[in-house]
Amino acid sequence: MIVEIGHYALVLAFALALVQSILPVWGARTRDAQLMAVAGPAALAQFLFVALAFGALTWAAVVSDFSVANVFENSHSAKPLQFKISGVWGNHEGSMLLWVLILALFGAMVAAFGRNLPETLKANALGVQAWIASAFLLFILATSNPFQRLSPAPMEGRDLNPILQDWGLAIHPPLLYLGYVGFSISFAFAVAALIDGRIDAAWARWVRPWTLAAWVFLTLGIAMGSYWAYYELGWGGWWFWDPVENASFMPWLSGTALLHSAIVMEKRNALKVWTILLAILTFSLSLLGTFLVRSGVLTSVHAFATDPARGVFILMILTLFIGGSLALFAWRGSTLTQGGIFAPISREGALVFNNLFLTVSCLAVFVGTLYPLVLEAVTGDKISVGAPFFNVVFGIIVVPLLLVVPIGPFLAWKRGDLGAVAERLAVALVVALVVAAITGWISRGVAPVLAALGFGLAAWLVVGALAEFAFRIRLFAEPIGTSLRRARGLPRSAWGMTIAHVGVGLSVVGIVAESAWKTEHILIMKPNDTVEVAGMTVQYQGSAPRKGPNFQEQTGVFAVSRGGVLLTTLRPAKRFYPARQMPTTEAAIGQFDLYASNLYISLGDAQTDGGMAVRIYWKPFVNFIWYGCVVMALGGFVSLSDRRLRVGAPVPARLAGRVPVGAAE
Amino acid sequence: MTRKQRRLTMIGTAGAVLALAAGLIFWALSDSVAFFNSPSDVMAKRLPPEQRIRLGGLVKEGSVVRGEGTTVRFEITDKAVSIPVTYTGILPDLFREGQGVVAEGRMTGEGSFRADHVLAKHDENYMPKEVADSLKAQGHWQGDKGAGAPK
Repeated sequence: MIVEIGHYALVLAFALALVQSILPVWGARTRDAQLMAVAGPAALAQFLFVALAFGALTWAAVVSDFSVANVFENSHSAKPLQFKISGVWGNHEGSMLLWVLILALFGAMVAAFGRNLPETLKANALGVQAWIASAFLLFILATSNPFQRLSPAPMEGRDLNPILQDWGLAIHPPLLYLGYVGFSISFAFAVAALIDGRIDAAWARWVRPWTLAAWVFLTLGIAMGSYWAYYELGWGGWWFWDPVENASFMPWLSGTALLHSAIVMEKRNALKVWTILLAILTFSLSLLGTFLVRSGVLTSVHAFATDPARGVFILMILTLFIGGSLALFAWRGSTLTQGGIFAPISREGALVFNNLFLTVSCLAVFVGTLYPLVLEAVTGDKISVGAPFFNVVFGIIVVPLLLVVPIGPFLAWKRGDLGAVAERLAVALVVALVVAAITGWISRGVAPVLAALGFGLAAWLVVGALAEFAFRIRLFAEPIGTSLRRARGLPRSAWGMTIAHVGVGLSVVGIVAESAWKTEHILIMKPNDTVEVAGMTVQYQGSAPRKGPNFQEQTGVFAVSRGGVLLTTLRPAKRFYPARQMPTTEAAIGQFDLYASNLYISLGDAQTDGGMAVRIYWKPFVNFIWYGCVVMALGGFVSLSDRRLRVGAPVPARLAGRVPVGAAE
Repeated sequence: MTRKQRRLTMIGTAGAVLALAAGLIFWALSDSVAFFNSPSDVMAKRLPPEQRIRLGGLVKEGSVVRGEGTTVRFEITDKAVSIPVTYTGILPDLFREGQGVVAEGRMTGEGSFRADHVLAKHDENYMPKEVADSLKAQGHWQGDKGAGAPK
């Protein structure tokens, strides 16, 4: 019964989305306030009904109702409760439902918090949002209905793919979707502005918090996915340039560009047309990602099911929205007036540089990801574009961008002075050179050039970001008390920028350290064999079988010691899930250097002579990769809490006068 | 500078960066692309040892020699031709006899294949798409095992 209610709620949500697609937009055209007012309640009700449908599916999974085909295929009565819940979005149908749930959530939030948006803009934006919702709800109902029943109901389910039975999966898709789908708001606002034919700095102020929120979640979602691949797949890699990873990375790159260009638009009323285009492109890339992952044109761990009908349907949605919005852009884009001129060397110039390089790097990823698909369609040749392509191309494009990151914030709006900037960044430059020299010396004979350049760059980023902050609060130029008071008075967005840029530097530290200094040992170990790794002794003490709730495993025991002192014991395992007849590798990760470095052990085959194939990695400072992402996201959160950006919060007059007009204003 | 000159400078710079990037992309693409081949293709083409390829097919039943050190030997077959493969390292969890596999690496002079990567992905029903297509072309396709389940 509950399942039928869920199904019915989904149909109702679709009907509501259709109403919300048409009436408010029509109302905005005819200036009919009553029709426009339909948008808000419709968006809220639509969210309510999708949530009801999602709740019903979750309930079916929790009580193991195997008469629901989706639950039968992806669940098992012995599966732990948390994975029964997370398994709801661990399959195609459920994950599409989550996608739409989040889309509806964002629509509802605009309806709830967008009280002081201009009426027509709000009506149009919610209308556009409902177009997307209608398309995807129809997609679910027509091709991927999660509420399909089975008769007779099977006794037992087929269980969820074991590598997806993991807490990482529980968080990764919702975070990623909050990011992906969150960009739909920027898209909806961009299209609404094009329909309206009117756009100004205030538009950027409304759009920026939504973009920022989506960006924060996407950053966390990608980091989470990367960490999950690192510990769950047992290969010790954290980024494979897999098409599906790229599918999430492309919207991140263009979303980052959008975040920066919206600043120019908000502060200087410039780059309007470009910002609109970026908003459209960013969500288009999100849609493209959904298509790549869900259509089955790529085989990957994420492509749950391949059904040509679904692929064609998503391709139609994709063509409709991307083609339609770009056509609208071509038609109406020229009507938007240009504002604010600036010199090439200026804050705006630096942000244009940022946008240029982010877009170009996104283009490189795009080409590398889609080239095999296109080539196969055209010539029939099957190729793969490997990690070396991406490492070289992306690396070359991103380095100039990172070099400029500390310089940009020091430049004044309109016209900057490079000489003055150089003076203020002298400390950062000296630190970067010293760090480069030291790390190059340390890793002589391993990878001196990579280490020197990489760590120098990381130091430049971190110290450069801090230097800008120190300059703003006039640290050491005035008594420390005055500086602290200034720091407190700085807008949250300034804090956010410094934190996020430091985060970029931290991630670079992790990436460079892991690439330059990791060591890998693949060997056969018999019980009591030892091996030296990074100054530590790893002893294999044998293996023993163990039984989990829905799996059996063979656990190896490794004692890690330094100078005879036992540091930790690691227990990697080979698991076997009988329901799916599927083995998995559970790596064991030891944390060292204050949770910065990892000793990573995974098991291979048992040998005929009683030994065990073992893979041991030493990953120095690898955790910095993810710490950096978390710090970046933290910067986004802090900036989001800036009261000027808080949606619906009016700017108090006294505050507007008091905030010092610093370099970031 | 006038507004127009500024805009031209900007567009010119952007164009230059874009052109450089495009050059970089094509240079790197021509260098790091691996073509997919079935064992029959490999036999027919006589590939030079320096060319990186992906070799895909089924792991031949009874051909896997593992558990004797870190180097594993097996044969990849498309039911017409089999190519012996050596791989040093730990095979993925889902590597099994009779299942689809893609190995990336180079041919050695003696008609065997030296893999540096072996892919067997994460589903018991999974068959790399290239392998499925090439088996279909050879007429050995057994049908989608996973697609039989009610949808």
